[in-house]
Amino acid sequence: MPETRPGQERFVAPVDQTPLRAIDAVDVDAVPESQWKEAWKRLRVSPLFWLSVVIITFIAVMIFFPTLFTSSDPSRGSLDNSFEPPSEGHPFGYTQQGYDVWARTVYGARASVAVGVLSAIMTAVLGMITGAIAGFYGGIVDTLISRVSDIFFSIPLLLACIVVISVINNMWPNRGFWGAVAVVVVALSLFAWPQITRQMRGAVLEIKNLEFVDAATAIGATRMTNLRRHIVPNALAPVIVASTISLGVFIVAETSLSFLGLGLPSNVASWGNDLSAAQNQVRSGQHLQLMYVPAAALALTVLGFILLGEAVREALDPKARKK
Amino acid sequence: MTDTPLLEVQDLSVGFRAGKETLTAVDQANLVIYPGQTIAIVGESGSGKSTMAHAIIDLLPGNGRVLGGRILFEGDDIATVGRDKILALRGSSIGLVPQDPMSNLNPLWKVGAQIKEALVANDVAYGAEADRRVVELLEEAGLPDAERRARQYPHEFSGGMRQRALIAMGLAARPKLLIADEPTSALDVTVQKQILDHLDMLTDSLGVAVMLITHDLGLAAERADHLVVMYRGRVVESGPALEILQDPQHPYTQRLVSKAPSIASQRLSSVKAREEVRAQAVEHAAEVAAEVAHSGEEFGEGNKDILVVENLTKVFQLRGAKPWVKTDFTAVDDVSFRLQRGTTTAIVGESGSGKSTVARMVLDLLPVTSGRVLFDGVDIKELGSKKLQLRFRRQMQPVFQNPYASLDPLYSIYQSIEEPLRTHEVGTKKERETKVRDLLDKVSLPTTVMSRYPGELSGGQRQRVAIARALALDPEVVICDEAVSALDVLVQAQILELLNDLQAELGLSYLFITHDLAVVRQIADNVLVMQEGKVVEQSSVNEVFDNPREAYTRKLLDAIPGGSIPLASS
Repeated sequence: MPETRPGQERFVAPVDQTPLRAIDAVDVDAVPESQWKEAWKRLRVSPLFWLSVVIITFIAVMIFFPTLFTSSDPSRGSLDNSFEPPSEGHPFGYTQQGYDVWARTVYGARASVAVGVLSAIMTAVLGMITGAIAGFYGGIVDTLISRVSDIFFSIPLLLACIVVISVINNMWPNRGFWGAVAVVVVALSLFAWPQITRQMRGAVLEIKNLEFVDAATAIGATRMTNLRRHIVPNALAPVIVASTISLGVFIVAETSLSFLGLGLPSNVASWGNDLSAAQNQVRSGQHLQLMYVPAAALALTVLGFILLGEAVREALDPKARKK
Repeated sequence: MTDTPLLEVQDLSVGFRAGKETLTAVDQANLVIYPGQTIAIVGESGSGKSTMAHAIIDLLPGNGRVLGGRILFEGDDIATVGRDKILALRGSSIGLVPQDPMSNLNPLWKVGAQIKEALVANDVAYGAEADRRVVELLEEAGLPDAERRARQYPHEFSGGMRQRALIAMGLAARPKLLIADEPTSALDVTVQKQILDHLDMLTDSLGVAVMLITHDLGLAAERADHLVVMYRGRVVESGPALEILQDPQHPYTQRLVSKAPSIASQRLSSVKAREEVRAQAVEHAAEVAAEVAHSGEEFGEGNKDILVVENLTKVFQLRGAKPWVKTDFTAVDDVSFRLQRGTTTAIVGESGSGKSTVARMVLDLLPVTSGRVLFDGVDIKELGSKKLQLRFRRQMQPVFQNPYASLDPLYSIYQSIEEPLRTHEVGTKKERETKVRDLLDKVSLPTTVMSRYPGELSGGQRQRVAIARALALDPEVVICDEAVSALDVLVQAQILELLNDLQAELGLSYLFITHDLAVVRQIADNVLVMQEGKVVEQSSVNEVFDNPREAYTRKLLDAIPGGSIPLASS
């Protein structure tokens, strides 16, 4: 045995300095926390989340109680008021057609947000179903769904919507508010689902190979039970994040379509229609508030939803959080 | 040999910032390394052993910093010097062999280029001269055909080859000290032995001092002459390796010495304990079997051999060179064995030996290519009705390797354990709750964990929950697929004890899949040694340990670290 050298003599630390702990003891007092509860806890302290909540609440109040903001009727215009400057109760004046600019903007929120929320829900449902089936069953089913989604993915969203809506416009001209909203929602969802499908498929592929799924199979759970009870719930988080962020994108898409005269018919108050009508003012450089006001409302709304999406992403995926 | 220390760590404390608090990861640690000496730092995960190594070469993550103490390298304090000085030391004076060979090589660079980088960065050699050195270094690290290998990418290397490349890199600039952080934990035992033997030889001939960081006490004692045992951030015991192993003083070291599987498996006491367990288990199992045989309602015939596997074969179709060409890969080749009631059969093999595939086929999670699995006399492929299939599931349950993936993170512990009961519609809600409480009690977990979620429990605790879930339906056979491999030594010993206790109490039969021969003696009665899909040796545990017939089995046994260390009688 080699000699012990200085500094390497036998050393034993006093036991009371590092008392032994029970091996793998359970902390009996800890409060249980589910993944969702934990996410909520992170969300609760996120300034981003509260900023988005403030913005979205404001927009929501505008949608459900427009009369709190304006007493004018957005659908009644009088040419007598054409380009009237701002006055008491009409803070931004009138459009060329004599509509109250502020009232149009307040009532326009309803259409834009309705399109955004409904499209996001519909794409999420479509994408989750197709993605889950593709990821879970694999093989030919997966190939089929993936290739079809690739085809839809390769078509530019706005261009495709323009074509679809033009066709529907010819077949079903005079539709009411909800009819008009439905057409835009269907057109957007028809071409936006592949994004969610990909997310869902990826998540399902990963989760279906985890050991808890095997354990459930060994218990005697059927494939459907596994998919429903274990795989889909665990794949939900990324889809929720993607859907929340896409909400803002859909609102912008609706506005773009309406701006081009293809989204909601011009008798429906919507920001896209207002912006479209304000084009002349951009050229003349006069009465610019006709453009600024709906544009600001649009920007604020989209910002609200994108911030919400970002906050939810940070809460659900702590790995992506900045240090 | 000189008597001036190469590295002296004096009262070193390292902390990590977490929010507003600072958590101390290393607390007043001391150690000394002399030139050319190999010392080992031993500890479980979270003991601060890697953190100390990272502090020495200033590789602490952003939120970590040295709180106090000195790190003297050849007499200079390197804990307080500037970045430049440390950069100059790294590589040229202190080399590092990192832990995970899979993630520590850049996949986009050729292996040779990555070693060349180490040479150029330390001003050892440039250009063609450096290229020549790279080949020499790879040869030195024990890679055959080094010239061709240097031009390959990491994905073309096996795990062992990558680790050799990393060793070549660590030694490229001929450092005086090599820090090897769990250099072989991710490798098979036989590869581990080869690599460590080679590293020993190399550092001996070059006169490089080695600081070996490991969780395996047996391995540490075998490779180093000085041991430093760390626990909860502190050095609890240090001194000559043999002295510590034969006469541990600190209670933590005593625990470690008594539980380390590589050392414990040599003790006759573990064999005796196992015999007692088996005697009880077989007795209880016989009672269960008698019951099965008499009542027509139970599944099976009450045979002595609860599980019979005959000529089991699995062929996977792999993608060939062309998309329409499939090549056959035989993962499991003609495997047959019998599992007696109340006993444990272990299947041992290295990664890729097909042992887990066998387990999955026995569990009916994977279709068999040919052969039969008979559960208590009933062929599991000929269970006609859905009802019978479901009935079969109750008799055989798995416990998987990864305690982090085997429980649904969205299910509370209660839901996880109740799931099998609900799936089989056992009892009322009230009865099920009583059963879950009872099961938690069996696996020694307090009932307060019922409402918790898997993310809040440690690996060992999750594994207990997985065992409770497996026992919920009162199975006769439990298949443990590497069930203790991912756990720290002491926790592993605890779970093995739990499995033994449950077997004795309930008369369970285990099929125990493991890569670690060292744990086999503590839990198993019979062993199947598998290599490349085939069973190379099949016998009782004592027979395999005392009289291995096949060369491969002997190789596996030799590779158990610490096998050659004489133990104090205990």
